Amino acid sequence: MDKLLEVSDLSMQFGGLRAVDQVAFEVGSKQIVAVIGPNGAGKTTLFNCISGFYSPTGGRVEMAGEEITGRPSHKIARKGLVRTFQNIRLFKSMTVIENLMVAQHTRVNSRLLSGLFKSRNYRRREQEALERAHYWLERVGLLEFANREAGNLAYGQQRRLEIARCMVLEPKLLLLDEPAAGLNPKETSELDQLILGLREENNLSILLIEHDMKLVMGISDHIVVLDQGMPIAAGTPDEIRSNERVIKAYLGES
Amino acid sequence: MSDVFLQFTQQLINGLTLGSIYALIAIGYTMVYGIIGMINFAHGEIYMIGAYISVIVIAALGLIGITTLPLVLMITLLATILVTSAYGWTVERIAYRPLRGGNRLVPLISAIGMSIFLQNYIQLSQGARDVATQPLISGGWQFGDADGFQIYLSYMQVIIAVVTVIFMTLLTLFIHKTRMGRASRAVSEDRKMANLLGINTDQVISMTFVIGAALAAVAGLLVGMYYGVVNAYIGFLAGLKAFTAAVLGGIGSIPGAMLGGLLLGITESFTSAYLSTEYKDVVAFGLLVLVLLVRPTGLLGKPDIEKV
Repeated sequence: MDKLLEVSDLSMQFGGLRAVDQVAFEVGSKQIVAVIGPNGAGKTTLFNCISGFYSPTGGRVEMAGEEITGRPSHKIARKGLVRTFQNIRLFKSMTVIENLMVAQHTRVNSRLLSGLFKSRNYRRREQEALERAHYWLERVGLLEFANREAGNLAYGQQRRLEIARCMVLEPKLLLLDEPAAGLNPKETSELDQLILGLREENNLSILLIEHDMKLVMGISDHIVVLDQGMPIAAGTPDEIRSNERVIKAYLGES
Repeated sequence: MSDVFLQFTQQLINGLTLGSIYALIAIGYTMVYGIIGMINFAHGEIYMIGAYISVIVIAALGLIGITTLPLVLMITLLATILVTSAYGWTVERIAYRPLRGGNRLVPLISAIGMSIFLQNYIQLSQGARDVATQPLISGGWQFGDADGFQIYLSYMQVIIAVVTVIFMTLLTLFIHKTRMGRASRAVSEDRKMANLLGINTDQVISMTFVIGAALAAVAGLLVGMYYGVVNAYIGFLAGLKAFTAAVLGGIGSIPGAMLGGLLLGITESFTSAYLSTEYKDVVAFGLLVLVLLVRPTGLLGKPDIEKV
């Protein structure tokens, strides 16, 4: 198995608080890895460190053998590591299709004037971007809402649109921060299928934070458990299910 | 037709003319606010510089013997837009960009400083006295009875309306149909997210200042030709009025700035005619207070969604 993402001894300190403490794990290609842990365990902070929103105070992050620790997030995104957010961050007053087009901004062409005069190259790339957007809208089942304002979509649809917006960037690794939060059971099982489909059909690796244990246990190859910033366990879903430290962290000591 | 109706129409024409100018300037305020949440107090001065440049270009063209009217207009329009945009771009670059990311008040103070600087710079370089130009386009049409009230519609008023509509349409197309327009909407909605998606937000912000300055340049050119007099202080009141128009329409909203500008122009013109010229500013700003009391976000503004 090739390593796609390698996180070693990653730490993040805010004043006297160690929000992330010496966390280490790997994500291989076509692997689904989940990070779980009680609220405040440092999961989102870990994501912020990996995706360049925070500059970690210690440790390394490597993407496909190249160090990306503390690089600006848009550069990390260009290396093929893209993320979603716990609170959805779509451009809510723009249409669904525009959200996907704007994500491909840098691909279309970066020259200002060619946009005004619609050069042939510009139109061709714009066309390609449009086709990619169409493809992904169909994949996440939002094609019929293409011209609707993103802010008017139902919550579950907004979640799927956010994933589609990541996918038009054609990442190698997708970071999902609580993708099932606020979804009903039917939507969650659709999400389940979507994530597995991304792995099978698009050779994507996925790192996710999730509280929905049914989803996590059902799709993950590997699980990392954090508690108070520290990794307390790691392993397959079966190993985690029977791990005593994990049960204690979740249920408290009796 | 009755005199009452004719006078009403005349005031409407005057109001729309004035309102077009306000709207052109107001867009610069509203776009900059929409994208970086800052009031560019130097924008009125950019408009004033636009007026000066157009006067200078027209005089220079006269000196070298170019007098064909359409040619003069085209060259003046292009040159004014180009030079004024360069001013707008430079102001952002040296007075606002280095302060970005800091306290919101700091660029505001810098903008006021820039405004004072530009006023004095024009006084020093162009003289403190009014500069008058001979009208390029005079005349117009008259309607109504020879012995009753007559409506006067000057060619210049028609030009102002047509040019304003053309530039507003161009701007709307740019914002909604082009890739850079799309990017600028994304940046104004969530700058950090846009940056994450690889959009060069500094470039988009620069572009916003350039567009605002270009429209202010058009307004300056039209005003210079309409009134025939410019001085270094015209930017202050015009800027204040255009800012009012932007807030009235809902700051951050481009259609709002257009609507606010026209509404303000018409209000002023009707107040001058039916109440008293002295009260036109009182009524205009009173209208602003009234609208903000009922709709704090302005006529077309959207309530600020809390960002987490």
